[in-house]
Amino acid sequence: MTVFLIAAVIKIVLVVFLLLTGVAYMTWLERKVVGHIQNRWGPTRVGPFGLLQPLADGIKFILKEDMIPDSVHKGLYVLAPALALTMSLISIAVIPFGENINVAGTETPLQITGVAQAVGHPTDINIGLLIILGVTSIGVYGVALAGWSSNSKYALLGSLRASAQMISYELALGLSLIGVMILAGSFSLRHIVDEQSGTWLPFVPHWYIFPQFIAFFIYLMAAFAETNRIPFDLPEAETELVAGYHTEYSSMKFAMFFMAEYVNMITVGCLATLLFFGGWHGPLFGPPLLQSLLPIFWFSAKIFVFMFLYIWIRGTLPRFRYDQLMAFGWKFLLPLAIANIIVTSLIVALKA
Amino acid sequence: MLHQVLFIIFGLICVAGAVNLLIQRHPINSALSLVVVMGALSLIYLLLGAEFVAAVQIIVYAGAVMVLFVFVIMLLNAGAEERSRGSHVALWLGGPGVAVLTGLIVYLMVEHSSKFHDVTIGNLADFGDNTHAVANLLFKDFLLPFEITSILILIAIMGAVVLARREG
Repeated sequence: MTVFLIAAVIKIVLVVFLLLTGVAYMTWLERKVVGHIQNRWGPTRVGPFGLLQPLADGIKFILKEDMIPDSVHKGLYVLAPALALTMSLISIAVIPFGENINVAGTETPLQITGVAQAVGHPTDINIGLLIILGVTSIGVYGVALAGWSSNSKYALLGSLRASAQMISYELALGLSLIGVMILAGSFSLRHIVDEQSGTWLPFVPHWYIFPQFIAFFIYLMAAFAETNRIPFDLPEAETELVAGYHTEYSSMKFAMFFMAEYVNMITVGCLATLLFFGGWHGPLFGPPLLQSLLPIFWFSAKIFVFMFLYIWIRGTLPRFRYDQLMAFGWKFLLPLAIANIIVTSLIVALKA
Repeated sequence: MLHQVLFIIFGLICVAGAVNLLIQRHPINSALSLVVVMGALSLIYLLLGAEFVAAVQIIVYAGAVMVLFVFVIMLLNAGAEERSRGSHVALWLGGPGVAVLTGLIVYLMVEHSSKFHDVTIGNLADFGDNTHAVANLLFKDFLLPFEITSILILIAIMGAVVLARREG
């Protein structure tokens, strides 16, 4: 029991530290890559290649004056950014990063909520995927309440857009995952990843992207909308709404929204990797130490590809119009997702 | 032991949220109290070993239905309500009504307590994977009622759309 608790605390601290560092360097990467796409240099001044820029930004966020405007609804105004960040951080708890590792004689799975068993595979929470969906849907409150409690028309419009958009695309997002659930027969993320181990021919991995590529593209587009990224970043369209729902926020409270958005992006990348790209499975070779580190490398590499895709699309595509956004979600993605479920379940039923 | 303590804590949070829902004068505070009630309820389901129901409770009620409530309150820009003190019916019938209802529920629970013997708090291992159990009930044993309910809900949605169209 004590060992379990200590291991859990160490894992939580480590994962949160890595996650927030990842978020910080994600902003650096974004500015760098978007800079190069637009024929600029991006940050160069602070440290080599501007590598210390996130640190400088962090110090700036902490030291800036934390203003609370006069006529805001105080309680909810303070609660909203905390809610957004907390909900985005919770979902990392159910995401598995790899198999068991053995540290000083203690077997522990690479997952905060996983349990190592004496025999065989570690097990994890059997509704992991549902927990992520539920926590994401609670996160909408952070955005909605931020706009409402700010008592400002731009913030209110931004949060109305955000909540409408997130509710609409949550449907397509949830439905696109059902195809994978049917194939894997479980909500447990670890089980879904285990189902994808191995290859068909010697070189084609068992990833669900191949049978479920329509679901993957629906998921990808819905996930972009869920995280309020270009081309779906209407809630914070700066040409129309100043900064959207976080217009009235300054200093660390603004930074919390910012971090929540990037943590959500990483979660979405993790989920896509786990559900469609086989999680930590990849070719293993070399000495034992390298073999134990390679799964983590594969997992991080796949997430990195998604993060890069996010930035790439941000540098490439213009923004949708609002009616286009709604029509795209309801009239294209949703029917397509339902059709995908019907076809998948028919094929599974005929095979069985 | 720990499960009992957790159950009492979440039960108290649930009741406190429900009372707060009635006391608050601003609709958005009431709606958020209801979200707290939903969250506490889902944790109680979790303690009973019904993890699928718990997750669905969060996703459907706290995550979708209540977001729509909050959305509508925001859209209508509803302000704080006046506290009315006129209703004598509520004053005279409210207290006794609550007492009778509580008594009835407690009586039924005690009377039929023998039927609850296999439902215990924190007895998680007994149930196994209850997602499969729920799916079997819905799509095998009770398929027809389930489908009829779906169609009923669909008709209700269509009715709502028709009514909304007439206004615009």
